[in-house]
Formats: sequence, C-alpha cells, structure tokens
Amino acid sequence: MQSPLPTFPEQASNFAGNVDTLFSFILMTTLFFAVLVTVLIIFAAFKFRRRSEKEVGDDVHGNNVLEVGWTLIPTIIAIGIFAWGAAIYVNYRIAPKDTLDIYVIGKQWMWKLQQPNGRKEINELHVPLNRNVKLIMGSEDVIHDFYVPAFRVKMDVVPGRYNTMWFRPIKTGKYHFFCSQYCGTNHAVMGGWVTVMDPAEYAAWLSGESGDVNPAAAGERLFTQFACNTCHIANGTGRAPSLNGVFGANVLLADGSTVVADEAYIRESILQPKAKIVAGYQPVMPTFQGLVTEEQILNLTAYIKSLQSQPVPAKGGGIAPSTAGKK
Amino acid sequence: MRTQGTGPAPQMPETHYLNATYGIRSWLLTTDHKRIALLYLASVTFFFFIGGFFAMMIRLHLLTPNGLLLTPDMYNRMFTMHGVAMVFFFLIPSIPAVMGNFLIPLMIGAKDLAFPKVNLLSWYVYVVGGLFTLGAMIGGGLDTGWTFYTPLSTVYSNSAVAPAVIGVFIVGFSSILTGLNFLVTVHTMRAPGMTWFRLPLFVWAHYATSIVMILGTPVVAITLGLAAMERLFGLGFFNPAMGGDPILFQHLFWFYSHPAVYIMILPAMGVISELIPTFARKRLFGYHFVAAASLAIAVIGFLVWTHHMFLTGQSTYAAVAFSFLTFIVAIPSAIKTFNWTATLFGGSISFDTPMLYAFGFLGLFLIGGLTGLFLGALGVDINIHDTYFVVAHFHYIMVGGAVMGYLGGLHFWWPKITGRKYPEWLARIAAFILFIGFNFTFFPQFILGVMGMPRRYHMYPPEFQIYNVMSTAGASILAVGYLLPMVYLTWAAFYGEVAGENPWPATGLEWKTQSPPLTENFDVTPVVTWEAYDFHNRPDLGLDVPSGQGSPVVAPAHGDD
Repeated sequence: MQSPLPTFPEQASNFAGNVDTLFSFILMTTLFFAVLVTVLIIFAAFKFRRRSEKEVGDDVHGNNVLEVGWTLIPTIIAIGIFAWGAAIYVNYRIAPKDTLDIYVIGKQWMWKLQQPNGRKEINELHVPLNRNVKLIMGSEDVIHDFYVPAFRVKMDVVPGRYNTMWFRPIKTGKYHFFCSQYCGTNHAVMGGWVTVMDPAEYAAWLSGESGDVNPAAAGERLFTQFACNTCHIANGTGRAPSLNGVFGANVLLADGSTVVADEAYIRESILQPKAKIVAGYQPVMPTFQGLVTEEQILNLTAYIKSLQSQPVPAKGGGIAPSTAGKK
Repeated sequence: MRTQGTGPAPQMPETHYLNATYGIRSWLLTTDHKRIALLYLASVTFFFFIGGFFAMMIRLHLLTPNGLLLTPDMYNRMFTMHGVAMVFFFLIPSIPAVMGNFLIPLMIGAKDLAFPKVNLLSWYVYVVGGLFTLGAMIGGGLDTGWTFYTPLSTVYSNSAVAPAVIGVFIVGFSSILTGLNFLVTVHTMRAPGMTWFRLPLFVWAHYATSIVMILGTPVVAITLGLAAMERLFGLGFFNPAMGGDPILFQHLFWFYSHPAVYIMILPAMGVISELIPTFARKRLFGYHFVAAASLAIAVIGFLVWTHHMFLTGQSTYAAVAFSFLTFIVAIPSAIKTFNWTATLFGGSISFDTPMLYAFGFLGLFLIGGLTGLFLGALGVDINIHDTYFVVAHFHYIMVGGAVMGYLGGLHFWWPKITGRKYPEWLARIAAFILFIGFNFTFFPQFILGVMGMPRRYHMYPPEFQIYNVMSTAGASILAVGYLLPMVYLTWAAFYGEVAGENPWPATGLEWKTQSPPLTENFDVTPVVTWEAYDFHNRPDLGLDVPSGQGSPVVAPAHGDD
C-alpha cells in the first residue's frame, strides 16, 4: 500500500471522490497554462536572445485583441472552477436530514466525542459505514478544527458557537484525524483515529460495555441539579415556558419575531438568557455562563431534544402558532 | 554585467549622496530619501536574518517525525516569530521602503519625496515597532502564530503577546506614512513631461500599493489594538466567555492582512515590469493594461478577505460570494503574466542576473498564483485549507514572487545605489542556487498538503517524513542562495568595478543621473519627452536602432545631457 512517494490519502467518504475530481481538473487546467507560459518563455528566451551588444527589440506597444482574449478566457475558466467548487461546498455545508449525530468537544489538547447512546470516546471516533454522520462541535477554550484527510473534510470548532460538519463513510478502515487550526502548545498532538465499521459491528461496539450515561439522561439529571425544572415546568404552568416539543420548532419571541429552537438557540438561552425572550415571559432567568461546561450544555441540549416527542401543553409552550411556523 | 563597449572606463563621481556629509548624525538625521532607503535596507536585512534563522530552526526540527531539537513550545515560538519577522518587518517594508523610497523620486524626476521629514519619521517608527517586537521575542517569545487568532492570543497564550502586538501596531504607522508620502509625491512632484502614462510601471505598482497601505493598515492597527486591550485589561471584544466573538477578530484581521499580501507582491510586480523591458530592450507589452491591473488588484484585493475563513462556520452565501471574488482577483495577475511573456517576443534578451531573477519570478509566481485557484475553489479548500498546501502556496507568492523581485531589483539598481557593479558570474550562480533551493524546499510541501498534513505541527505521522526531509534539504540550499548575495553585494558596494551612469542601459529617469546620484538627484530638473521603456527614440542610450524604426521626432536633449 505504501509507495515510496505517497500522494493522495484513501478516498473514504462520499466527498473524497468529488473533491479529488475537482482537484485533478484544476491541476490539469493549471498545468496546461503553466506549461504553455513556460514553453513560450523558454522559446522566446532562445529565439530572441541578444545577438549583438547594441541590438534593440521591436517597437511594439501591445495588441488589444490579445489583451481581451487573455482576459476573457481565464475569466471563463475561473468562473467554471468557482461554480464547481461552490457546488461541492454547498452540499457539504447543508447536512441531509436523518443523520447520526455525534457531539464533539475540542479542548486544549484533546477531543471528547459522544455517540447518541452516550458512549464516550477520547481522540477516537467510531462510525458506521454508509450512514450520514453529522458532527455537532463546540470548543471549551480556543478555536480548533476537526480534519479527516481521508474524508477530505474539515471544519473549525469555535468557542461560543456550534459548527456542524457531515460526511458518509464509504470504506471501512482506520483513518487519521487532526486538529488543523493552530491551538497552542500541543496542537500537533491533538488528533486521533476515525474507525469506520460495518453497521453490525458498529452496533455491537456501541452496545459494548461503556458505563456512560446517555447524554439525554445525563441532561435530565442536570436539569434537576441546576433547578431548571422549577421554572420550566412540563405542563406549562411555570414561570418559564415548557420545553416539551420545543426543539426544532419555531419559538415566538417577545419582539414578535420567531426563531428556530436549534442547538445554537438553546446554548444561547442557557448562557445569555436575556438575548431572546419568549413572548409572554419575563426576563427572569439567570445566566449559567461559567457554571456549566460545554459538555453539560450538550447534555442539556440532548435532553431538550429528547422532549421533542413529549405532549406540548396548550398554554405555556412558547411555540409559535402553526401559522407562523412553516414546518 | 557587460562593460559599455568603447570609451574610457567610467569614474566614480566626486560628490554623491553617500559622501556629501559624514558621520553617524548625518545618517540618523538625514532627510535624503536615498539614505533613508539605505537605513531601511539595513534594518529589513536584519529582520530577514532573524526570520531566516527561525526558518532554519523549523526546517531542521521537522527532519524527523517526532521533531529533532525543539520542545513543542519552542517550536511554536519559532514559527510564530518567523512569520511575524518576515511578514511585518521584512516583506511589507522590503520593496516599498527600500527600493520605492530610493527610486520613486528618481524615476519621476523629483529631488526627494514630498515629505522628507515624515519619511525619516516613518523609519524611526519602524525601528521603535521593531524594538518592541524584538523585545517580545527575547523576553518570553510569542507563540500565537503571526495571525494572532483569538481567544488563543488574548486569553490562553503564555507568551509575550502584548508587546509583540504593540510592536506590530506601531510598525503599521510607518507603512501608512510611507504610503501617504508616495501618493502625494507621485501626484505633485512629477517632472515636466512625466505624464501619468509615461510613469514607469514600478511607480504605478507603488501607487497601487500605497492605496492599500493607507486604507488597510489602520484596520489592522485597530484590530491589534483591541486584541491588546483584551489581553491587558480583560475587555471582552473577542473572548466568547465575555460575550465577544472570536470570528470578528478574523474578519478584521484579514480585512487588512489579505490586502497586505498585495502590499508584498505588487511592488515585486513593479520591479519585474522594469526588469523585463530593460533586458528584452523592448517596450512592456500592453503598458496600460498592466498599469490598470495593478489598480484592479489593489481594489478587488479588499473584497476577498473571508477566503481565509471558509471553514470557520461563516454563512454559506458569504463563502460563495467571496470565492467568486477570489477567482476574479486572480485575473489581473494573469493579465500581467501574459503581458510580461508577450514582451519577450521580438525582444533582444540578455541573461544578466536581474533578468534571471525575473525569469525565476515568472516561473515561481506562476505556480504560486495557479495554486491559489485550488484554495479559492470552495470544494477543494474543504480539504487543503490549513494544510501545508497553503504554506507552499503563499511561500511561492511571498518568497518566490516578492523576494525574487526584491533580489532582482537589488541587483538591477545596485550600480545606481552604490555606483559599483557586482560580480556577474557569482551573481548568476547565486540566482540559480536560489531557484533550485526554493523549489526543493517548497514544492514537496504542496504534496504534504494534499496528503493532509496540517500546518504548524511540531511533530507528524511518519508517512509525511519523506517530503519533510526533501523540504529541509532544499532549505539548506536556499540558505546558501540567500547568503551569497548578501556577501558579494556588500563587497561590491566598496570594491566593485565602477558602474557609470547607465550600465545596462535602461530607459528610466533614474539612469539619467550619475551613479550614485547627487543628494538632490539631478543637476537640472529633467524634461521627459519619451514614453516608458522606449528604446527607439533614445539616441542617448547609444544603441543600434534599425533605420526606419523609431518615430521621426527624435527626442531633444534631456536637461542634464
């Protein structure tokens, strides 16, 4: 497998082939122009080399046709490459529905990953073959970046917000992942391995002894521990809206606008509760900035997500009337 | 370099700017743009040595997968200080502050820049900024990367971030003052007959550069100022724990630092636009297009900054728009390259050292520019962003382009600056060594990037070793290529053969005064009656213009003839 002068890593995700095809196309195009210009220069350097000391060149000012030609042709090619690249990128940035969601936390200098059933890993990620996987990523400290060369994908992991990335592994095996955004002393060590497994194997691995509580259950515990449940009462009679069915729905805010209750919204509501107040409620919730860790926020989010299917109370839900929500 | 055929050997002029006055005071308080240029030359060379030393440490360390000689913290300090020294204290000031300073007044037929004292001030500002940053490097070092990304730089780094940032903040003002000086000079001090479209393209390139310096540098100054305040006083501009936004820093930083790339490359393009017509003895093909391309680069260069941030989670729409603009900004560079190539056709090409650098520039800039298309294409950037591909790409532009232009220019104007010639064969060999060493160092890094090796790694998996070894081997060749010119150019300044007024010969006004020039540049204000790079209507150059060529109106005597 190992050639003495290796080049491309293996193509182990749905994106790898597309990215490499475009790469090769640009390589061929640029190689053509590079060779063309180089040959012209070398040809001219020989053909028009100075024959006598006092010789001068021709008296030529330029040629407008040539100028227009070598402006337009590269422009057209450039726009073509742009469009092709944009198509791949847009597909990469918009994750499909029905993904296997894995939470990722970057911190100096390790990765903590958690499977949907709660199984935790450090610097290791196990994923099933041929399944769309979405990583929901946050950082405890500085900016990191999750990069899997064999999948040809990466995304910055930025403190204060969630970034997501997705891919579909198409080849079983073990692949490097790296932190590719410089993050301090041990940046180079902050990597690990992605293991792509057959779905059956993955299921077996997932149910193997883990001892970890699944994130929703951990979140439920935190929900009581931080006394969230004293206001966010499920039947809608509390000082704060019930969270049943909130995740993914449109929430009507005090200023009349609506917002989709996604991971970022929940995170913000925990850390900066006054940023968006649900219509009909008072801004009484204290901030939990500095009191909860990124991991606990993810657990709380998972718990709130798990309430998606719970019955929404007629009053006190905070969810925008269905006319406003287009879902 | 060829001697000028017949006639007596040229003599050094009796008085010139170098011997007009003596003593350390006469240098430190000079307002002569040529002496200030030499002060800059000494100081940027100093920083080039510092930056180069760090580069050698980096390459040596990466010889083996686990790293050869540095701790992780030391390694991080090395690459950071390499970047800071090279970008802010060498590349940005190099061509403008040394060659632009020396040549713009000479090229437009002026006695000095518009604000000679401000010019001296800008050097002192540079020195003060440099001392701050040097202080930071000695006392504690700096380990944030030259990009100072927050919150790593403002909260988490245990190095001397504040003094380093303040140093870069200060040196920015030197850039602003220089840009201002150039703009005013070009607008107001052109000699009679030196119309806008008779200006050498070197001046056009510096005009465009000055616009970028004046509009961009204040933004980075403010940004670094905010970062320093966050670091020192805990104000939460960028720290998310205090409600700040770390991505905001990147927007502000790249709003300057992308155009800053053009501050580095535009002047080098200007140098190349002088070298190619001179050594092909032919007008530059498509003069107006090349001049317009410089301005287009300066303007569009301000609209592409978020291509450094495609994977920060920025809006998809923004990424698509900025990718489009990134492809558009490549076009003016392509136009220039085609025009340079077309200039060669029908020329009378010699292979003096400056021309070898121009050829080297063309080849390396071609690779540097074309590999930019890979990074600008969003779909490919997902993979190679923040890998060694990026490192290789910008070194082809910055070192292959800007430094080749800088060295080519130094060789070309060395006879004008010092009045003496450098040893031609040694210089050709050095140029060749540089070209080989450069490609050996940086080409393997493209492949490392394709393989997925992230940048700024002090250790790496063993499959990446082979290309790292190549790169380190190349770097040692490259180092020889840099040391040689420093030695023989210095030697030539004192002991080289006397050059005379116009040894090449070249067409610019700077060659119509003695070498080295008088403090006032010209005895009599020159009157310009010819277009840039016109060899056919210049009987004063003593070249053989075929009969029937050249316009019937022969240029009259030029002032000091």
